[in-house]
Amino acid sequence: MIEHIELFFKSIFIDNMVFAVFLGMCSYLAVSKKVATAVGLGAAVIFVLAITVPLNWLLDQYLLQPGALKWLGPEYADFDLSFLSFIMFIATIATMVQLVEIVVEKFSPSLYNSLGIFLPLIAVNCAILGGSLFMQAREIETLGLALNYGVSSGIGWFLAILAIAAIREKIRYSNVPAPLRGLGITFIITGLMGIGFLSFGGMLTGGDEEGEPSTEPEPTSQVEQIETEKSVELANNTKIIE
Amino acid sequence: MGLLSKKDGKLITDPLADNNPITIQVLGICSALAITAELKASLVMGIAVLFVLGVGNVVISLLRNIIPSKIRIIVQLIVVATLVIIVDQVLKAYAYELSKTLSVFIGLIITNCIIMGRFEAFALGNGPWRSFLDGIGNALGYAVILVIVGFFRELLGSGTLFGIPVLGDAIEKTGVYSIGYENNGFMLMPPMALIIVGLLIWVQRSRNKALIED
Repeated sequence: MIEHIELFFKSIFIDNMVFAVFLGMCSYLAVSKKVATAVGLGAAVIFVLAITVPLNWLLDQYLLQPGALKWLGPEYADFDLSFLSFIMFIATIATMVQLVEIVVEKFSPSLYNSLGIFLPLIAVNCAILGGSLFMQAREIETLGLALNYGVSSGIGWFLAILAIAAIREKIRYSNVPAPLRGLGITFIITGLMGIGFLSFGGMLTGGDEEGEPSTEPEPTSQVEQIETEKSVELANNTKIIE
Repeated sequence: MGLLSKKDGKLITDPLADNNPITIQVLGICSALAITAELKASLVMGIAVLFVLGVGNVVISLLRNIIPSKIRIIVQLIVVATLVIIVDQVLKAYAYELSKTLSVFIGLIITNCIIMGRFEAFALGNGPWRSFLDGIGNALGYAVILVIVGFFRELLGSGTLFGIPVLGDAIEKTGVYSIGYENNGFMLMPPMALIIVGLLIWVQRSRNKALIED
């Protein structure tokens, strides 16, 4: 249970799709002019992520991983199809999006009217493919955790687009320098929000870092910290490739 | 540009500045910004996109009369995914360290909006040669922004370019560090990439007033 809660908050705040890894930026910038449309797209992203991440988890587990074909018989145990993951994942996503669109249109026209126009956009949203690829890279262990990861990173994305849409609605009445209007200021605000979200980094460690005795600002400490973070990331990445 | 007619030449030069895919068309930001903390990674990413977009545009353009328009998105995705798998396998074979740094972001070229955008907007309606030029032009426009962002982030963040120290040694206090300069570790954080692109847009639009939004 505790790992579910941990993953949930980690994916929403610390590894936020938009602010930490820049996924789904295209639609994030294009569809965030009004809060209402942003909510529609955000809901659609949560919905599609919740379906595709567990599905791709199953594909990865029983088809793509090195040795995943063991269930077919011992002679298939050496097969490694992981180089096919990109094409399998994107095919799953494209078909699921199409399928969801058809089902929703048939059974719930009202939901279709609010979600419908965003669904085709979503097939090529980096957040969706990114969700599956990060699920694979982080070696999520169970189907339940994969579902949790899909839903919570969707919620993270939803919060991000909701926040920027609200800010953009207000900023229309501000006196922004002409060349910065529109796109430029949106980029900078997103950057500032990202800096804000960096502060969630201490959440899981319980803020240990601040408690350290060396409060004296060392010139290289910040860089070192980033480098260790990076090497941890690298270590995580090597796991997949090995 | 002797080889190219004036119209074809414009296909390459336009996306470099006045119709840049990142700062003007707002495409392909997704996978671009996370990897620009180092110049080398930015350059490789640029080259990868150059390959995928150049070849992909030609393939789609050759197939444009055969693809039924209803399933074109899936066909396009399959073409891109195949090309990206090639890039990924080549990187893993010849530049393993780098492919670890780029990790999932190579895979995310598939959903890079520049690629789908150019397929839809150009390759489906134009011949292979013009599509190829358009692909090259847009990929170069994308690479230019990546390299600029990567240059500033690596230079100001860790004082190196392509991993080679250019500002002197931070620990031994040589070069500019001897007069009290410090690396700005903040530049290595992801959000700074967004702010740098925002500033680039500011510079570009203040030089070319026609691009200003209202």
